[in-house]
Amino acid sequence: MTVTTPRNLEEDSMLYDLTGVTKRYTQGRRTIDALAGIDLRIGGGEFLVIQGSTGSGKTTLLQMLGALDRPTSGSLVYEGRDVAKLGEGDLAELRSHSYGFVFQSFNLIPTLTAQENVETALVPWHVGGEERRRRAAEALEGVGLEGRARHVPSELSGGEQQRVAIARALVREPKVILADEPTGNLDERTRDDIIGLLEELWRERGQTLIVVTHDTWVAGRASRRIWLDAGRLEAPPVDERPGPAASAAPVRELVLQT
Amino acid sequence: MFFTYIYRELRRRHRQALLTALGLAVGVGLVVAVTAYAGGVGDAQDTVLHSLYGVGTDITVSQTQKQSQSGPPQFNMNPGSTSKQGKAFSRDAVRSAPGQQSLSATKVASIKSLDGVAQAVGGLTLTSTHVSGSFAKALSQSSAQPPGSSSSSSSSSSSSSQPAPSASQAPIKVSSFSISGVDVSQTGLGPMSSTELVSGRTFTTSEATTKVAVLDKAYAKQNSYALGDTVTISGAKYTVIGLVTSAAGTSSTSNVYIPLTLAQKMSGNAGKVNQIYVRAASAKDIATVKTEIKTVLPKATVTTAQDLADQVSGSLKSASQLADNLGKWLAIAALVAAFAVASLLTVSAVSRRVREFGTLKALGWKSRRIVGQVLGESVVTGLAGGVIGVIIGVVGAQLIAHFSPVLKATVGQTATAASGPGGAAPPGMQAALGQAAQTVVVHLTAPVSIQLVLLAAGLALLGGILSGAFGGWRASRLRPADALRRVD
Repeated sequence: MTVTTPRNLEEDSMLYDLTGVTKRYTQGRRTIDALAGIDLRIGGGEFLVIQGSTGSGKTTLLQMLGALDRPTSGSLVYEGRDVAKLGEGDLAELRSHSYGFVFQSFNLIPTLTAQENVETALVPWHVGGEERRRRAAEALEGVGLEGRARHVPSELSGGEQQRVAIARALVREPKVILADEPTGNLDERTRDDIIGLLEELWRERGQTLIVVTHDTWVAGRASRRIWLDAGRLEAPPVDERPGPAASAAPVRELVLQT
Repeated sequence: MFFTYIYRELRRRHRQALLTALGLAVGVGLVVAVTAYAGGVGDAQDTVLHSLYGVGTDITVSQTQKQSQSGPPQFNMNPGSTSKQGKAFSRDAVRSAPGQQSLSATKVASIKSLDGVAQAVGGLTLTSTHVSGSFAKALSQSSAQPPGSSSSSSSSSSSSSQPAPSASQAPIKVSSFSISGVDVSQTGLGPMSSTELVSGRTFTTSEATTKVAVLDKAYAKQNSYALGDTVTISGAKYTVIGLVTSAAGTSSTSNVYIPLTLAQKMSGNAGKVNQIYVRAASAKDIATVKTEIKTVLPKATVTTAQDLADQVSGSLKSASQLADNLGKWLAIAALVAAFAVASLLTVSAVSRRVREFGTLKALGWKSRRIVGQVLGESVVTGLAGGVIGVIIGVVGAQLIAHFSPVLKATVGQTATAASGPGGAAPPGMQAALGQAAQTVVVHLTAPVSIQLVLLAAGLALLGGILSGAFGGWRASRLRPADALRRVD
């Protein structure tokens, strides 16, 4: 276990190194340059918020970071491996071991119980049924839903569903948690709840948390914020420069690396 | 997880799953019912052929009698002297069945030696005609002659007070029955192969010249013969040792069966047969054997079981055509439709689960596993469809068997009608048909075999796999990125 100060993060525990990443979609005759050359480095243990207007490429960038898709050009190096060069099987492998996803619409499997939904994350690992159930139960307990394990998503509130989704993301103890508008479908009070939970987990477990959000309140709690506009990284807008809100964000004393 | 997921998914979409399963079930059920029905019709055809032709007989050989040699049975009815006028008389005439020329028994041996022939047995089919009554007093000539000819006999010594037409008033009874000469060393093949023993026993190999007879049950009943009774044929007494029916349970083709040697002797056909029964070594040799026999006996009529089957007409034939044409295509169409509906429903279900599968892919599930999941759901649906389908099919088959009318089969009806002696009908068949057994009544069954059940289950499974493959293919094309931001 290495103990470093946040200042040394970039040099010692660089997770992502993106150089000239582009993504072009073709929709019929129309081509969309969702990402038009992104250069970005993300260190281990960061709480990074990606902001930008609708259609600016936030979600596409998150997809690239979560190895859900490959860049059209450029290199996306994650822990020394260029994701752009991996095959479908390797991408699935990488996703199952390194990343946890939290979605705006929770994306729980509607037919499965909370417990089973969390278990789906362990299926690619081929762990035994007993261990799978035990770990899923622990993860649910970690988000305070141990009493709701046997409920199906439709029997849970939005906040509870998102907690289940977080438990599903955490059960594999991934290095990176990627959240796409995690509070987009929640009311304000639940939003505080969920962000508080993510923040707490981030602080306790030393995971890297990357969040795409519109919500300035959420963004204000990040350790770093980046702005996207038309597929490029931009300087933060004047009214959103790090101010009192940013400085109020938690400063991490120690980053634990496993 | 695999089974839990399948179970929960199917339970959530139980209406659609049930619809898919029912679609497959109807298709499969139709296949089961139609196949069972066709099997029943096939069984009925076999029964008809067996009762007319004999189990294990592949080919019969006979020779058509030349036109000139044929004629009505001749009875020596001349009273001889006027003293017999008015006296009772009784005459038997035992002759080879009409239209059939006898063949030398050596032909049996030469057919037996042909390639592909497993066994050949000769038989002799005879008709015994019995005439009894009283001689007409006024006539010196046979009363059997047409009345018109009696005018020429008016010059006889009898008094002219008797008018000529009185000849027709003479009470004369004419009865006939058919006799088959059976080679007692080969009862498995030959005239008796189309019969089933009801009581008593059949001939033993040592009874070649013993005066014993096996009677058709219906004939025996009609004439009040029982086991152990004696029946008089051409003046000789035969002990009844057994009663038979046809394989179909109806009247057998001959009324009386006696040892071949005795039949030959009584009809003046020593060393001759008029029917040769041939069994081929294998079913595929039948056509070859038929050609070979034609070469050896160019004048003979060679009839195979298939030839006979082709001449089956009546409601059984319609039933068979119904099964072959309408039923088969209906079942195939229903099956294709069921497969198509199942596939469409599965693909549409997968399309509605884009986000679900995208999410699983985002969680690191490989495409293979997702395809497997879709396939698993479809296979379970298919199996359910198979089970329901087999039930539908079995019930359907029972209903068909229960409500279907009794089928009648007539063999070579038109040919028989057109045939005089040496007519167009294959004499072998004519002989096989005997006197009255041209129409056989059979009850249709619709047997469902274990193979059929397995076939049905297999078809339903195939439907499931097929629809699952389409759905899986659709699912495998989803990108994990679809999981994000895609709102259903």
